Amino acid sequence: MKILVCISHVPDTTSKINFTEGDSKFDTNGVQFVINPNDEFGLTRAMWFKEKQGASVDIINVGGPETEPTLRKALAIGADTAIRINTIPTDGFQVAKELAKVAGEGNYDLIICGRESIDYNGGMVPGLLAGMLKANFINTCIGLEVEGVKATAIREIDGGKETLTASLPLVIGGQKGIVEESDLKIPNMRGIMQARKKPLNVVEPSGAEAATKAVKFEKPAPKGDVKLIDPENLDQLIDLLHNEAKVI
Amino acid sequence: MKPDLFTAPDYYNIDDLLNEEHKMVREATRSWVKKELSPIIEDAAQKAEFPKDLLNGLAEIGAFGPYIPADYGGAGLDQISYGLMMQEIERGDSGIRSTASVQSSLVMYPIFAYGSEEQKKKLLPKLASGEMIGCFGLTEPDFGSNPGGMLTNFKDKGDHYLLNGAKLWISNAPFADIAIVWAKNEEGRIHGLIVERGMEGFSTPETHNKWSLRASATGELIFNDVKIPKKNLLPNKNGLGAPLGCLDSARYGIAWGVIGAAMDCYDTALRYAKERIQFGKPIAVKQLQQKKLSEMITEITKAQLLAWRLGTLKNEGKATSAQISMAKRNNVDMALKIARESRQILGAMGITGEYSIMRHMMNLESVVTYEGTHDIHLLITGLDITGHSAF
Repeated sequence: MKILVCISHVPDTTSKINFTEGDSKFDTNGVQFVINPNDEFGLTRAMWFKEKQGASVDIINVGGPETEPTLRKALAIGADTAIRINTIPTDGFQVAKELAKVAGEGNYDLIICGRESIDYNGGMVPGLLAGMLKANFINTCIGLEVEGVKATAIREIDGGKETLTASLPLVIGGQKGIVEESDLKIPNMRGIMQARKKPLNVVEPSGAEAATKAVKFEKPAPKGDVKLIDPENLDQLIDLLHNEAKVI
Repeated sequence: MKPDLFTAPDYYNIDDLLNEEHKMVREATRSWVKKELSPIIEDAAQKAEFPKDLLNGLAEIGAFGPYIPADYGGAGLDQISYGLMMQEIERGDSGIRSTASVQSSLVMYPIFAYGSEEQKKKLLPKLASGEMIGCFGLTEPDFGSNPGGMLTNFKDKGDHYLLNGAKLWISNAPFADIAIVWAKNEEGRIHGLIVERGMEGFSTPETHNKWSLRASATGELIFNDVKIPKKNLLPNKNGLGAPLGCLDSARYGIAWGVIGAAMDCYDTALRYAKERIQFGKPIAVKQLQQKKLSEMITEITKAQLLAWRLGTLKNEGKATSAQISMAKRNNVDMALKIARESRQILGAMGITGEYSIMRHMMNLESVVTYEGTHDIHLLITGLDITGHSAF
C-alpha cells in the first residue's frame, strides 16, 4: 500500500498570535512551528500501516524552505520520502490543486490529511483533493483499517459513531481518535540521524491560483480586568451586571 | 507534583547558533522528559528508588551513546546534540542524567575509544539498546581527587588476571551488568578492565541514605580475587590519561546538563513570582525578587554560551581538558546558586516536593563534587595558566 500524508506547517498552539500589513498577514516573528496536530495523528496511523502492513509512507507539504524542519521531523518519526511543493500556501483551492497534481502522479492508494489545519481552520483541502483526484473521501475519521483494496473507517457524528467502508484510492480527513495522544511518536536519535539521509524532494509549483484572498484578520477582544466583589455587597454585583455588563 | 509547565529561556537567541538537527534533538528529548520522566520523578526521589522503567525509554530515545557511530549501535550525533540531550534530561533530574552520562561517557566511550574491535562489536550495541547497563569504577574510599594513588590492582596469572580492591560512589553499580574498572598492574600502570556481574568474588552493595541523587542508584564495587579473562582488558590505552579521557567526555555532558537544572529552577521561580501575591501585588514587582531573577537569567545565558563554544571546540576535536574543567566548574556552581535563590523566591513552598527546586538543589550538591570537585577544577585552571601544579 502506498500512502501519502499531507503535512501542514502550523504555529505551535502556545504561540502568541499577531498580524502585520494592516492585519492582513500572519506575523511569523518568534513563532515556533509544528506538524499540524490533526496531520500528526494521521501520520502516526500511517506509521502503524508501515510497521504492520509494510506500507510505504511519503509526506507532502506546500510551503517555502522554512517548512523543511517540520518535514524532517516527520521523516525522523519514520516517513520514507518527503515532497515539498515550493510555493507559499494562500488558500485551500490553491493548496489542493498543487497537491492533486503531485498526488495524482504518485498513484497513491491512501491519502491521509488532517481534518483541518489549526492555523486557518479552512477544512477544505481534504475534500477538494479527493474531488480533484476523483477518489473516495471520508472526513473526521477517528478509526481506519485497510484490508486489500477495502478501507473501513469510523467517523465521529453528533452523539455517536458511524462505521463506513470504501474502496481505495481513498482520501481521509483524520483527527484525534485515529490514534490517541499517547500513541504519538517522539522521534528518537537514530530516526533524527536517518532523516538527514532521507530524500526531501523539492517540486516547483504548477502555478495554481488562489480563489480567495484574505483581506483582514481580527483577534478576539482582549479580556477585561477581573472585578472582585465582596460577598457581603450583592447590591454592587447586581448593579454592575445590570448597568456595566448589561447581562441582566 | 505540579504539571510540568516548563518553557525554556533563550535570552540571547542562542537557538540561532544551533542547526535544525540540534533543535530537533532537543525538542524530542524535552518531549520525552515531559511525557515519561516528569510525572514519576518526584515520587522516585522521595522513595529513594531508581525508576528502572525509564531505562527502556532512555535507550529508545537514544540517550545511551548518542555520539557513538551508528555501526556500533549509537546515533552518530555531534557533541552539541549530546550536550542538549544532557541539558534536557537534567532539566528533569540530575540522577537520571547521571545514568545516561555514565552509560554514554564512562562505559560506552572507553569501550569505543580504548576497546578491541571484538569488545566494541559485542558490547556497544547492547549498551546502546539498554539491554546491558554499565558502571565506571575509578574512585576509591581513600582516593577521590587523587585517583592515581589507587590501590585496586590485578596480577597476571597466565591465562587470566586476578583483581583485588574496592571502588566507592559508583553510579548504576547496584544493577549494572558490567563495570569498567580502573586498576594497577604489577608495574603500577593503570589499565581498564571489563568486569561482568556474576564473576566470582565480585559484589556491588548499594549506598543508602543519600540526601542527593535519590532517584539514582549508587554503590560500591568490591573485588575479592576476581578472575578476569585476559580478553576483558581494554587494549588500546593505559595510564591515568585513559580514565581521565572518559571524565572529559562526562564532564562536558555535565557542563550542559546543569544548565537544564538551572533553567527548570529559574522557570519555576519566575512563574511563581508572577503569581504569588503579597502586600496586594505579585512578588515579581519587588526589586529584591527582580534582582534574583535578573541575575539568574544572566548567569544561565553566560553558561549557555560557554557550553555552546565548548561544544563547537569539541566537534572540531580542539577542546582541552582544562577548558572542559572551566565549564564544568562554572556551570555547576551557577546551577547550584540558582537552585538556592529560586528556593528563596518560593518561600516555604520551595522546600516541598510540589516543586522540583529542592530536589535539583540537593542533586547539584553531588554534581558539584563528582567528576572532579569544584576546588580541583579550579586547580586544573591554575595549573593550565601558571604551569605550576598546586595539587
